[in-house]
Amino acid sequence: MAMATATASPAAVALGGISQRYYRRFTPAERILHALLMLSFVGCALSGLPLIFADRPWAATLARILGGFEGAGLVHRVCAFVMIVVFATHVITIFARAIAGGHLMKVLWGPDSMVPQPQDIIDIWKNFKYFVGKGPRPQFDRWTYWEKFDYWAVFWGMFIIGGSGLLLWFPVFFAKLLPGWMFNIASLVHGEEALLAVGFIFTFHFFNGHLRPAKFPMDTVVFTGRISEHEMKDERLVQYERLTREGQLAPKESTPPSDESRWFGYLVGGLALVLGIIAIVLIVSSLF
Amino acid sequence: MKSLRWIAANCAVLAVLVFAAAPAQSATPAAAPGVNETCLMCHADKDAKSAAGKAIAVDAGKFKASVHGGMSLKCTDCHSDVSATKLPHADKLKPVNCATCHEKAVAEYAGTVHGVARKGGNAVAANCVDCHGTHDIARAKDPSSRTNHVNLEATCSRCHGSEAMVVNGKMPGGNVGNKFHDSIHGKALKGAAILSAPECTDCHGTHSIRQKSDEKSNVSRARIPDTCGTCHKAERAAFANGRHGKLRQDGNMAAPGCTDCHSAHGILQHESAKFQVDVIKECGTCHADYLKTYRDTFHGQVTALGYARMATCASCHGAHDVRPASDPASKVSPQNRLATCQQCHPGASASFASFDPHANRHDKARSPFYYYAALFMELLLFGVFAFFGIHTLFWFYRELREKFAGNRSRDSGNHGEKH
Repeated sequence: MAMATATASPAAVALGGISQRYYRRFTPAERILHALLMLSFVGCALSGLPLIFADRPWAATLARILGGFEGAGLVHRVCAFVMIVVFATHVITIFARAIAGGHLMKVLWGPDSMVPQPQDIIDIWKNFKYFVGKGPRPQFDRWTYWEKFDYWAVFWGMFIIGGSGLLLWFPVFFAKLLPGWMFNIASLVHGEEALLAVGFIFTFHFFNGHLRPAKFPMDTVVFTGRISEHEMKDERLVQYERLTREGQLAPKESTPPSDESRWFGYLVGGLALVLGIIAIVLIVSSLF
Repeated sequence: MKSLRWIAANCAVLAVLVFAAAPAQSATPAAAPGVNETCLMCHADKDAKSAAGKAIAVDAGKFKASVHGGMSLKCTDCHSDVSATKLPHADKLKPVNCATCHEKAVAEYAGTVHGVARKGGNAVAANCVDCHGTHDIARAKDPSSRTNHVNLEATCSRCHGSEAMVVNGKMPGGNVGNKFHDSIHGKALKGAAILSAPECTDCHGTHSIRQKSDEKSNVSRARIPDTCGTCHKAERAAFANGRHGKLRQDGNMAAPGCTDCHSAHGILQHESAKFQVDVIKECGTCHADYLKTYRDTFHGQVTALGYARMATCASCHGAHDVRPASDPASKVSPQNRLATCQQCHPGASASFASFDPHANRHDKARSPFYYYAALFMELLLFGVFAFFGIHTLFWFYRELREKFAGNRSRDSGNHGEKH
């Protein structure tokens, strides 16, 4: 660890008088997929919420803005299609790369895997101890338990919302295979799971990733793909030390994020944040 | 003695009669003015005013063109307390009594809502002249008449379309003139485009106008289907065969009639999106549970947003001849349900038609799978939000404390070694 910070590498830049190194956290492809997922998610949310809250005055207004029932329906289906393509691309590339590279096990288990592991239970316990002031702030490896929850929430949501959505999109076709009550279930879970996803992403994901005091107002890592050495050591010391030990840290070192990519992150991410918070205000105001 | 006095008295009477009759008889053909001309000596002046300042001008041309003018009636036939030989007449004349000639019409009027209100002291309730006019009265078939088919809306709206008059006269129904004007009937009548469209009296009657609470009224709750059925014959027949019509035949007047769904004066074209979407709420006034479960479906959500492209109540249940599902003739009976779905979903299969458009998440008996799916979703949402709610609140508190204590920040932390 000391070795890594002892000398300033060419990539290190002065930031507030402190030398900063950057390491790659997301590949360009992953960043594009996240951006598409994010935009299609916001699109589905805004075009779907008017139905769930159809009796509220704002719902009719929002539907009108999106081109009425037909326009909102088109936005919803286009965004849903994009989301399904993003999801399929992600799953296929993960497994294709792993199998081709011979590291399938690393996808299924270990620090680079998204699969929940005993360490995550320990981390939850440690984090709660830290929350109540009974322990030090825990350090994490590459993926924290809340990031894994976000990730699997998308998987779960893709099957529940995506599956039920396809049923509702092509009811005559699917009714040849399925009983009628499945469509009752489909319309129920499509709306409720969507409410869960929207409620979760626009509050807890925003808080965990961006709005909490340590990250406020935004963490642009998912847009720039780069994490600073300082941030890595601040929260992901386990990963930092592991990569150092394995000699994997240096190959991950990257150029600092360009101003353009940072601004792109602030703009696109900020837009999603604003739209998401508006959606949450509308939802919460409609619950009472 | 007695007979002498009798003869004398009779002679005197005769003399008076002859004396009185002579000038009248000679006046008609001769240069001496007639009664009407005598009156017009003063009343023809357009600016003529009474001592009290009231305009008293009479348009001789209009009177001549009126139905009474055409019959050569004299002014004094109506203004019977004026004599052309004793002028000037009294400042204040008695109201004209139309019953002198129109005995039957006036007797009918006394029983109408207007007549009763007048008698009860309502000074603005319409009387004969308010609808028929005064010196310009024309027969109803005359297109210029206030009581002509195309003019009646305007005639009734002078009171029933005036906010001030509605308040003043405490008129039931409020400003019905405005509502009627924008209704399908009012629009059809505009510019006399469709003369078969009804105006006010076609439903309410003329000298038989009564409040709808009056059983004898054409628009009473019991009689409204027959009144509308005068024109809408097919709908009337369908209604009689439907559940609502049958309930009414059995004396249940809480069952809806025409106006409960269509309204009375503001009737909209049934194809209009506004009517299609709004009438759903009318069904819901009685069928509240079904409205609620309908609103949980895609059909109900889209129509709640104001778009009529989705199935409304009537799309599946029919409108005038709505029948219970147990009736084989019902659109939603097991025999007919699939064909009903296929109206909008061509190619729908039997299993498609087993979708429950009124599944109830609280009714385990009706929708068991739905009930448990809803329960599962409720627990899932509660669990996730409860866990992360607590997680977030604690985390926020801890990081805020750290931030204010100054021992952690975005770009220069104290964790690990110092730079």
